Amino acid sequence: MGFFRKLRDWLDDRFGWNELLAPLRKKTVPVHRLSHWYFLGGITLFLFVIQVLTGILLLLYYRPGANEAFESVQHIMTRVKFGWLIRSIHSWSANLMVFTAFAHMFSVAFLKSYRKPRELTWLSGMILLFLVLGFGFSGYLLPWNTLAFFATKVGTEITGQVPIIGRPLMIFLRGGEEVTGATLTRFFGFHVAVLPGLATLLIGLHILLVQRFGISVPPKLEAEWLAKPPALREMKFFPNFALRELMAWYVALGVLGALAAIFPWDLGVKADPFVSAPAGIKPEWYFLFMFQTLKVIPSKVFFIDGEVLGVLAFGVAGAVWLLLPFIDTGRARRWVNALAVVALTYIVGMTIYGHFAK
Amino acid sequence: MATLQSKLPASLVSRWFLAIAAGLLLCGAAHGQTKNSCLDCHSVLTDNLGVTEEKFSHDIHAQRGLTCASCHGGDANSDDPEVAMGKKAGFKGKITRAQIPQLCGSCHSDPAFMRKYNPSLRTDQLSQYHTSIHGKRLATGDTKVAVCVDCHSVHDIRPPSDQQSTVNPVNIPATCSRCHSDAERMKEYKIPTNQFAEYKKSVHHEALTVRGDLSAPTCVTCHGNHGATPPGASSVAAVCSTCHVFQAQLFDASPHKAAFASAGLPGCVTCHSNHGILHPTDALIGTDDKSVCGQCHTEGDPGFIAANSIRDHLAQLSAAIDRSDQILSKAERSGMEVSQARLDLVQARDTLTKARVTIHSANVARVQQDIQPGLVAAEKDYEAGKEALKERNYRRYGLGLSLIAIGIVLAGLKMYLKQIESGQDSQAT
Repeated sequence: MGFFRKLRDWLDDRFGWNELLAPLRKKTVPVHRLSHWYFLGGITLFLFVIQVLTGILLLLYYRPGANEAFESVQHIMTRVKFGWLIRSIHSWSANLMVFTAFAHMFSVAFLKSYRKPRELTWLSGMILLFLVLGFGFSGYLLPWNTLAFFATKVGTEITGQVPIIGRPLMIFLRGGEEVTGATLTRFFGFHVAVLPGLATLLIGLHILLVQRFGISVPPKLEAEWLAKPPALREMKFFPNFALRELMAWYVALGVLGALAAIFPWDLGVKADPFVSAPAGIKPEWYFLFMFQTLKVIPSKVFFIDGEVLGVLAFGVAGAVWLLLPFIDTGRARRWVNALAVVALTYIVGMTIYGHFAK
Repeated sequence: MATLQSKLPASLVSRWFLAIAAGLLLCGAAHGQTKNSCLDCHSVLTDNLGVTEEKFSHDIHAQRGLTCASCHGGDANSDDPEVAMGKKAGFKGKITRAQIPQLCGSCHSDPAFMRKYNPSLRTDQLSQYHTSIHGKRLATGDTKVAVCVDCHSVHDIRPPSDQQSTVNPVNIPATCSRCHSDAERMKEYKIPTNQFAEYKKSVHHEALTVRGDLSAPTCVTCHGNHGATPPGASSVAAVCSTCHVFQAQLFDASPHKAAFASAGLPGCVTCHSNHGILHPTDALIGTDDKSVCGQCHTEGDPGFIAANSIRDHLAQLSAAIDRSDQILSKAERSGMEVSQARLDLVQARDTLTKARVTIHSANVARVQQDIQPGLVAAEKDYEAGKEALKERNYRRYGLGLSLIAIGIVLAGLKMYLKQIESGQDSQAT
């Protein structure tokens, strides 16, 4: 212990360490029957850190390029010591991160934690969710297997349906008219450089905002506590909440390890651009609700192309959701919860439908 | 009243006239008569003389500008039946069955004429037909035998590439069977009528109709088309060898070649049958009831011993491949990556296929030589499967230990928290 105390004193002497940590010591977390939802943001952060660490390790062996990508991932899975574990954890934690990010977003929406003054926290979180989906979309192609190849082909084709900017955007994403090795190197660049850079900046901002405004309390409870201050219950952020969060991270680590060991992530079959797409090709589960929606929309709705209409509808819905803190005022307030319930039911319902549909 | 001619310069009129006349002449020369007045009446007749315009429009000859008069003579340009079907116009009327091959051959045996329509089309059909059993019988006056129109149809003759053509590869067996499955018709020729029924059970029929392999053999592949004749016992092996090259080479070099010839047995069909050739299995070789070797070889003779030995070798490799396949499948179901071993197993299967071809040499040593690399590959794959399952277990043990470690840390953290919070509570009170 003597060493750590000396180190703390050394740091305090030079950087005012104790002063820096003072807000953390004072910080508290509200305690109520919905407090466990507060752990989701931390778990998402933990999974992001796991992504970064395993991603760096995968970079030691992964080779981007249509002729090498699949073989290099196969090498990682079969020849590199614990390569299978690193790749499986990377893939599983990516999927869990998408899930916890969505769960965190809906918990924030239902607890109405986006209210003034936390509008920017919501906005930065939403952009982070889009980045997470971008990570998923770009990373899915990197093993260059058949499913990934055709899912990317379909996904970029949908991007091409966006009016005006769609086609240039699709060509930019693909690096040409078709999904080729150029798309793979491009996606690799997005996945390991562009997106991590942006995500790190935004995570920093997001955490800073959370620290600045503290943790929100649901409106009803907030009113109760304001009316009756002795009813207020809270715990210290450090060490009480932080240790609980640490326990949640350990549980997440255990779940990840179990998934990776019992269900190692499949490698699939190397992509062949000259064969036809396998029957019933589907995107990753987190894009399934959008994919299924576009499938069920008729090819023409009045005079508008069905796919274009679907893409536009998702664009409008996304924009409304993004601006939720600014909409949730006055009379609209009562509709916001109903909107969140509809959105959640729709996403879950269409995902299940898409999973079982042929 | 001034005519158009009087209003135009004389040189221009004469040039126009010459150009139109030359155009008409060229069209006539290229396509013969383009008008087909015959159909005006025959398309509404309902008896044997009726030919609908729709039916004739599918005929390759009609599509190339030929008319009824091209075969039947007469003048298809005339709307007067007396003129159109008059002797002066060379009207031939109904073509008898005996005349049909010669009539078709008048164009189809003329390379210079056929070149204008299809330079790659053969022009030896008539001479081939004369060598066929059909042609020979027709020459003796038997008009019940097949002539051109029986196979190719009449008035709606489609090219063989057309899926609706009676001579499209997929339709040929049914076309031949129209006569050859007719017991009444075949009675006087004293030939069996079960060929089509047998063929439908064969591996060749399956390849043609189920797998859509248009190169799969049909009746004409073995019997010939225009020169259709049953291959004699001596030429059966030569017929099969056009596709099954290696099997034929091995058979020719085997002791069976001379033995079969001296016994008057046709090569391939003795073991594989002819029309109803089933997918060969390893059960065909050996000496039990299902095998074919036991039909000639008796216990104790060298062939009997060789047949059993070859069967054992094939069974050994087959079992080794199955064993490897099972363990690799088990590893795959556990999420293990064994694609390289799977690829190696394909090589072992290829070796088995090669050995199954080599059995036509009836040489045990050669079969054993082919089997050996397959056994080595299958054993290697089995070891790869075992390693994969070992690795799976190792991972699960590792997971178990990690989860125990995580559980201990969680319990420790929980206790630590409890300790801190009890201290905080006592401080608060």
